[in-house]
Parts: sequence; C-alpha cells; structure tokens
Amino acid sequence: MKEELFVSGRNIPNIDPYLHIWHWQIPIYLFLGGLAAGILFLAAVYTILGKDKEMQATVKWAPFIVPFALIIGLFMLFLDLKHKLYFWQLYTTIRLESPMGWGAWVLMIMTPISIIWSASYVREVFPNWDWKFKFLYAFEAWVIKNRWYIAWPMAIYAVILGIYTGILLSAFNARPLWNTTILGPLFLVSGMSTGAASIILMSKNHEERRLIGRLDLLFIAVELFFIVHMIMGFLAGSQVQIDAANLFLGGEFTVPFFVFVILLGLLLPAVLETLELIGFKVPIIIPAILVLLGGLIFRFIMVEAGQVTRYLY
Amino acid sequence: MRYAMAIDTKKCVGCSDCVVACQTENNVPIGFCRDWVTETVDGTYPNVNIELRSERCNHCDNSPCVRCCPTGASHFEDGGIVLVTHNKCIGCGACIESCPYEARYSHPDGYVDKCTFCIHRVRKGENPACVSVCPTSCMYFGDLDDPNSEIVNVLKNRKFNALAPEAGTKPNIFYLT
Repeated sequence: MKEELFVSGRNIPNIDPYLHIWHWQIPIYLFLGGLAAGILFLAAVYTILGKDKEMQATVKWAPFIVPFALIIGLFMLFLDLKHKLYFWQLYTTIRLESPMGWGAWVLMIMTPISIIWSASYVREVFPNWDWKFKFLYAFEAWVIKNRWYIAWPMAIYAVILGIYTGILLSAFNARPLWNTTILGPLFLVSGMSTGAASIILMSKNHEERRLIGRLDLLFIAVELFFIVHMIMGFLAGSQVQIDAANLFLGGEFTVPFFVFVILLGLLLPAVLETLELIGFKVPIIIPAILVLLGGLIFRFIMVEAGQVTRYLY
Repeated sequence: MRYAMAIDTKKCVGCSDCVVACQTENNVPIGFCRDWVTETVDGTYPNVNIELRSERCNHCDNSPCVRCCPTGASHFEDGGIVLVTHNKCIGCGACIESCPYEARYSHPDGYVDKCTFCIHRVRKGENPACVSVCPTSCMYFGDLDDPNSEIVNVLKNRKFNALAPEAGTKPNIFYLT
C-alpha cells in the first residue's frame, strides 16, 4: 500500500489538490476554433470543386460565422491569460516549439482570411451595402476573381487550425490524458463535424443539407473510431495513461462522457441522420444541435479531465 | 556547468524550514510556495516506511515548460537554471500544465512563478536559501560538471532516485535513499 500526503500545508490556488489552471474559456476557444476550421474547410473544398452555386450555405452563409467565432475565441484565450497587459508578446515572438505560440499565429492568419472571404460575399447578402471607398471595391473585385486561389491556402490553414486545437493539449507530456497524438486528428474531425452541423442549420436547400448530412455521418463515424482508438491506446500505455482512460471507464467522468458525448453527441445524431437518409422525416435541426452541443461538451470534458491526470501524488 | 540538488531522505525530518526560508528569501506571497515537503508512507504498521522529500522545480534538462512557452519567458539561465522573465510572461498557464511536478504557480501579480535555485545567491557563490538553512544539512547543492564537488561525491557514494523520470524531463533534483 502506498499513500502520499503533503505535510508542508501546500494548498496553492488552482494547483492543489487538482490542477485547474485552464477554466471554461479554453474549451470554448477550442470549440470555436474547431467550428471555424470545419466551416472554412468545407467552404474552401466546395469552392475548389466549383460547386459554389449549389452549396450556397456552405460557401457563402456559414463562413459569416467564422470571423465572429475566431474573434470570440481569441477573446476567450485573452480572458484566460493571467498577465493580460502583456498579451501582445505572443505576437513579438515566433516559437515553433510552442503549440500555443504557433497556434496564435495561425489564428492571426486565419482571422483576416475569413474576414476577407465573408466580405467578398457581403454584397450578395446585403445588396445595398456600400464599401464607401473605391479601393475597397477594387479589392473586392480582386478577391471575387481569385476566390479559387484563396480557397487553397484557406483549406490547408483550416486543417492546421483544426489539428492545432488538439495539439494544444496533446503537446503536454505531463497530462497523460492529453498526451496522445490521436488528439490532433480527433479534434480536427470533431471540428469538421460541428462545422458541418452549423452549415446544416443555416442551409435552406434540401439537397445541400442531405449532402452535408452525409458528410457529417462520415465525420461522426471517424470520430467514434478515433475515440475508441484513443482509449485503446491509453489502455495499452503506461500506468498514468491507464489511469487516464479509467476516468472514462468507471471513473468520475464516465457518465458525462458516455451520456453527453458518445450517446447524445455522436450516436443519436448518427442514428437520426441515417434515418433521414433512408427516407424517414427527421427535423434535421435536432441532430445538428446535438452534434454542436456534443462537440462543446467533449472539449469541456477533455480539458477538465486532462487536468486531473498527472504523474505524481 | 550544471547545477543540481541532492536531498538526503534519510536525514530529512520534514521540519519545513526550507519552505519558510524560501518564502522569506524570495518574498513568496502568502498561500503560495516554491518548495514543499511531501511525506510518503509505504506499507502498514508495524512494517511502515516513511520517506520525506523536500520538493521544488527540478530545473530539468529537457524542460517541457521552456519548450511550450509561447513568448520565451521561460528560459534556461547559466548552469541550466530554468527561470521565468516576469515581464515577458503573459500568464497563459501552458507551462503550469506542462510540468509533471506541478512546481509552478500563477503569482497573484499575473505572471508565473517558481523556484529559481536562488540564482541571485548562487551567482554570489552562496547556496540557495533552502539548502543554507536546513538544520540537518540534508541538502546538497552544486555543479554536476565539477568532479570534485560535494554533490558529485554524494551521488557517487549513495543510492538515489529522481521524481517521475518516466516523464522524460531529465530532472536535476536527486533524492538519496
């Protein structure tokens, strides 16, 4: 029997007894980052495929959420900083070794791209919109002409952004639950799925909803596979990783994880979307909202549970 | 030059003098500490073994905190001492998450703080505050690259272990057992 306890009365706020340095802001930041990555990736892909006429919501409407999502996400990151007035130092240093460092840079590139992308569609949504200056009209015309070329870097950056939301966590060796390479792809697919769900919510075209719904089904299947893969990997890992997996397999996060993430966030929307595919009438809004909520809760659980896992004590 | 510390768990009585000395020397805010004492109890009475360890930042050779810092505030000083430059730290908490020893904390002023091996004393040729006050003299501080130093000698002649070496950090605090 081994038992350890502190005798120095160490009781540092947010560190003891369990680490709680990252609060609710970080899961929201990761969720919004993944959502933005999903929407931009699908918008870019369908632009590259030349389907922007058929996929109106994917290419035009849904990307309008993205600049807001990214700016709110960055604001959430800012809120979580403890030395706020020094935040600008993120952008005076380039440290490729630090996921938070290059992630901040990816967001710095992604946000203007998404703003330019949406701005080039503003006059289609609001026909009376006036850009006020001549050069803005010229710039708009240039963007509209070169959308196909902008879509390529946008697709690539969207994938990097989606993976980053996972790597931000997986780079921490000290938190065994996060320290798995599958977390990058898993958060990417989850982000794609939430992106697809928000497109479904915004689309008025039945065909488009069907197509994105089928894609979402694929994302959900891959996500489930990755989650099983992640837990298998933990169970085959070192003791600290086995303990991490046990948080979900009988430990304190079992119920929220299986009920809200697996059942309500993945399996139920998958069943509803399949029923829709084979011809039953299902209000598509239900699986879409379930996917969005599942994605958000998944990130909350991963951030909270990860901070409970540790090497010592 | 490679600064390290060896702590004799057979001589430590867990008086926490090192904790108080550090708090006084470094003006650590109330409720926080840069070093602390852990008591490990093994077995059941009458076959019990108690180990007392004075723990702090391990000033690792492969420091995850230095690697993950987005601004370069966490960095290596001479002798491998890991320091935080306060006015470069944005308080993102990544280094706190990355430390398997949970040796870092968020200072009430916003920046991240931790043990500095009392670098201001070490540069003057003195021992860190915790080492210099230890009433049982169970702590040894010195340069691992100097073959004649006391710490190299004590590590040569005694059995020792480090905390969570499996975390891959190459820690520089050694516990003599």
